[in-house]
Amino acid sequence: MTYIGILITYIFISNFILTQFLGLCPFIGVSRNTESAVGMGFAVIFVMAIASVVTWLIQHYVLIPLSLEYLQTIAFILVIASLVQLVEMTIQKVSPPLYKALGIFLPLITTNCAVMGIALMNITSEYTLLESFTGGIAAGIGFLLAIVLMANIRERLEMKPVPKPFRGVPAAFISGGLMALAFMAFDRALLTNLLG
Amino acid sequence: MNREFTKGIIDDNPIFVLLLGLCPALGVSGLVVNALGMGAGVIFVMLGSNICVSLLKNFIPPKVRIPSYIVIIASFVTIVQMVMEAFAPDLYDNLGVFVPLIVVNCAILGRAEAFASKNTLKNSVLDALGMGIGFTLGLTLIALVREILGAGTITLVSIGAFDGVISIPGLIEAPARIFSLPAGALLAIGFLKAFFNWKSQSKRGEA
Repeated sequence: MTYIGILITYIFISNFILTQFLGLCPFIGVSRNTESAVGMGFAVIFVMAIASVVTWLIQHYVLIPLSLEYLQTIAFILVIASLVQLVEMTIQKVSPPLYKALGIFLPLITTNCAVMGIALMNITSEYTLLESFTGGIAAGIGFLLAIVLMANIRERLEMKPVPKPFRGVPAAFISGGLMALAFMAFDRALLTNLLG
Repeated sequence: MNREFTKGIIDDNPIFVLLLGLCPALGVSGLVVNALGMGAGVIFVMLGSNICVSLLKNFIPPKVRIPSYIVIIASFVTIVQMVMEAFAPDLYDNLGVFVPLIVVNCAILGRAEAFASKNTLKNSVLDALGMGIGFTLGLTLIALVREILGAGTITLVSIGAFDGVISIPGLIEAPARIFSLPAGALLAIGFLKAFFNWKSQSKRGEA
């Protein structure tokens, strides 16, 4: 698959949040205002891109040569957890402003299933290293898109007379559902029409 | 009934009240049988990790507790993966990427950190069973709503001559397909959560 194909697939056609339900916890938890949604979105793109590359290298240069594929789950989650920690420390040293913007979101990302999800999907889709990197970035952009749209919707909903039982989380889920319906317009046919 | 056991089933239901572990809850809720399989996996992992964490709580240094919990959980998830692949390959294929993703199910890490690391073995076992069953019930409820409305069937395990699929007359001819699509999962959990909010608000006399 071409790189553009991977980008379009993960941003629109199989958007992680809206069609695969990966990364729902931050999608509901951190979408109360646009500012933090943007911060979370960029932190996820960053971690996903690095995690895709590192897990790919681990799979192909450590686990497969040693025939330890059954340790994949343990290896990946450990790598992702320590990677997040490392990224956090590096950003803190290198760029304090960036740390201020993304810092509080980084620890939350360890348990974001979208990061683990893209790492596993890169392996099952048999992507090359560069394709995995593209996949990581694309899935991150898809996450950013969905969470920012959601934050905008929720900010507007705050002003509206929503019935009491629906206030907050239920309204967020239902808005997410309607958004997912809209995203169904992007399907495989779009990809074939665009790229032939 | 013991309070540590019952709290996870309704009052602190991980899905509808604590909103933990939502990704697997929605991802596998298309068929009832998948929801039950996922639930069984989660109960096993949660039980195992709660037992280990509760037994090891005095030996794990506080600074590295989260990575330690993650390793414990990941080991049990790997066991589930291997057992499921060997004995229930169809289920394993249906659940796909969501089996290894049990490891990042925040409900499990949440119970290890919030409960098992501070409580006795017996209470941790009860807590894990209650929370696991609460998770399974929540998941099955979503799956029931989605499958009945979206396909007009209820898919269970096939035993002998019974192929495991119950058809609902009236709905199977004209199901509301949207509920079997991803969008329907979000709508279903939104309305169910609103229903639970309404129940608890009217119990407190607010609505």
